[in-house]
Amino acid sequence: MSIFSKHLPAVKVGHYKNTENSATEKMPLPDKVFISMVQHIGAPCQPRVKVGDMVKVGQVIGDTDAFVSAPIHSSVSGKVTAIDQNMTMMGIWDPVVTIELDKEQELIEDLKAPKITDRESFIKAVRDSGLVGLGGAAFPTHVKFSPKNLDEVDTLIINGAECEPYITSDYRTMMEDTDLLVEGIKRTKEYLSIKRVVVAIELNKAPAIEKLSEAFKDSDGIEVMGLKPIYPQGAEKVLIYEVTGRQVPIGKLPADVGVLVSNVSSIVALEKYVQTGIPLITRKVTVDGTAVNTPKNVEVLIGTSIKDLIEFCGGYKKPPKKILMGGPMMGRTIYNDNMAIIKNNNAILAFDEDWVKLPKETACINCGRCVRTCPMRLMPTLILKAYDKNDVDELKKLNVLSCMECGTCTYVCPAKKQLSFVNKLAKQKVMEGGNK
Amino acid sequence: MEQYNNGNLVVSSSPHIFDNVDTSKIMLDVIIALIPAFIMSGIVFGTRAIVLTIVCVVACVIFEGLFNYILKKDNTISDYSAVVTGVLLAFNLPANLPFWMAVIGCFVAIVIVKQLFGGIGQNFVNPAITARIVLLISFATPMTTWPLPKKLMGMVDAVTGPTPLGVIATGSDAVPSNLDMFLGFIGGSLGETSAIALLIGGIYLIVRKVIEPTIPVAFIATVFVFAVVTGNDPIFHICAGGVFLGAFFMATDYTTSPLTTKGKIIFGIGCGLLTMIIRLYGSYPEGVSYAILLMNILTPHIDNLTRTNVYGGVKND
Repeated sequence: MSIFSKHLPAVKVGHYKNTENSATEKMPLPDKVFISMVQHIGAPCQPRVKVGDMVKVGQVIGDTDAFVSAPIHSSVSGKVTAIDQNMTMMGIWDPVVTIELDKEQELIEDLKAPKITDRESFIKAVRDSGLVGLGGAAFPTHVKFSPKNLDEVDTLIINGAECEPYITSDYRTMMEDTDLLVEGIKRTKEYLSIKRVVVAIELNKAPAIEKLSEAFKDSDGIEVMGLKPIYPQGAEKVLIYEVTGRQVPIGKLPADVGVLVSNVSSIVALEKYVQTGIPLITRKVTVDGTAVNTPKNVEVLIGTSIKDLIEFCGGYKKPPKKILMGGPMMGRTIYNDNMAIIKNNNAILAFDEDWVKLPKETACINCGRCVRTCPMRLMPTLILKAYDKNDVDELKKLNVLSCMECGTCTYVCPAKKQLSFVNKLAKQKVMEGGNK
Repeated sequence: MEQYNNGNLVVSSSPHIFDNVDTSKIMLDVIIALIPAFIMSGIVFGTRAIVLTIVCVVACVIFEGLFNYILKKDNTISDYSAVVTGVLLAFNLPANLPFWMAVIGCFVAIVIVKQLFGGIGQNFVNPAITARIVLLISFATPMTTWPLPKKLMGMVDAVTGPTPLGVIATGSDAVPSNLDMFLGFIGGSLGETSAIALLIGGIYLIVRKVIEPTIPVAFIATVFVFAVVTGNDPIFHICAGGVFLGAFFMATDYTTSPLTTKGKIIFGIGCGLLTMIIRLYGSYPEGVSYAILLMNILTPHIDNLTRTNVYGGVKND
């Protein structure tokens, strides 16, 4: 199908960017925060504090020696009142550190801007900042920035696509923290010595494109690229193809085709740390959905409970029936509004009962819509059939592990099959089958 | 503030929003697309064509409903697929076919071809086409006794005569003009005669993204090229018989046609080739139904041979 088009298949999804013009509001301090010890892909952190300890802002409260990880800092000053196993936003049971705020927000004593002189100290600063991919994937950024073949990387893509409906936190970041973003991009380009930087933004965010084009007009090797506003334009592999025309081979990383991708909010968080020494302890979150009184963008401390956050947004307008962490295409449902914000939460969406009804599933009519719209060019309908037959070999042949779970197949299916969900289950099946 | 937790929150897998297209909306679009040809059938062949279509639709819906009821399956009448099958089958019949024969065709289409293989999405051949072929073999004479259009024959309804392809095959009468063939004032099955009405419906389906143009274009282009190469009139061959009806409405049936663009091209070319081979070298004057039926049977193999190139797979284009 790419014979005719230089674009990957995609789908038009309603934008619902209701909060795009809502300037970010800072949320007042809550009484308690709940900081999860798993806020990234990779090894969970172990708590480095005990119940009864006094902690300060910026203090490392969770860390691990594993490489694929990022330290977790206290976002508040106060007293650790509990450390208990709880269901976390990452979908696994893990320790959550509860801190009761003293509301002083006292910074830890030795907090200062890091000294960066070369690539090594830059990468160390990235890890120390606790940065993970803030666009949603939560992959530790220092790991991403240190591939084996960094010298072969010729393109850095700064992801400002924000293709998920409702979410505007990246857009607000681009508009409000432009200076930090510009400085951060220049700094990252310099220390990773990458020739070409492309800031990729969907065309439905024209003011951001304009503002950043202006800011980079004299910068060599940094360009701003407008992308068609279709879903899933901001997915890493899609973005790499759209910007460079390269495909990341199955089982390889973007760096293997000479590309690194980083989200705009990640760059801003990094630059904040580099300039002030304050690690990743706050982030912008879009709060929206039919059950929320006043949808808005909020700058929120990591660990703030969803309940407190929604209360800040005027509380629930109607009883919520489904609460999402992230957008409606890939977001996870949470089952408890006591759960708290983690680093990669770009949105909290709460919807009422009318919105939640699942459509009735009917028989597959073999229409091929899922095949035509899959950005990875998989064949979801055949995956469904192979999964039903428990045919692991066939699932492997169908490359189900390449599925990035963007949800496009389920979205377009006229028979309302849960194709994306079946892909997830099929991936699990293949991985289990591979261990035998 | 009230507590919200797993007691009252729904937990489900993403995505959480869905396109509003569903099977019944697709089938409704197909029905809308068939309306121009339906109207033309009334103009060309009179009320008998309209009544026969209604009989087929009612019979198909009743068979579908009864079958589901007897087997205690979820009733699928509301997806309108039985209505589509009924209309398509009627369009493949001569307007003066006895009703009871048409009802047998509906039984074959719905019960034998569709439901016995598992219902919608499971049949391996097109129900309407298979039913037509069963009727053609069972009732050869009534199935090939074509009423001639009113325009040619005045007000006498009972007069019958050969189709243009029959004319060519036997060399008996004068071949109608290409304009008459394009508009549909020719003998033939009640819904297949008007190329223009079918084209309007086909374009509607393409615009509504119900079908992709791949199969119809490959099908019709192959017929055209084959006619040119063999020294026949290409316009005559694409307008004659059921090429437009077959290309836009029968060959594009989701269940019995390939999934990928590559597969659809192969499928369309195969339909066109077989149609022309049967027409020019076979003993039947018309080959669209058999061509589509044979390609339906090949569809699983075409699907297996034309799988997509996965992103980041072997070929890096």
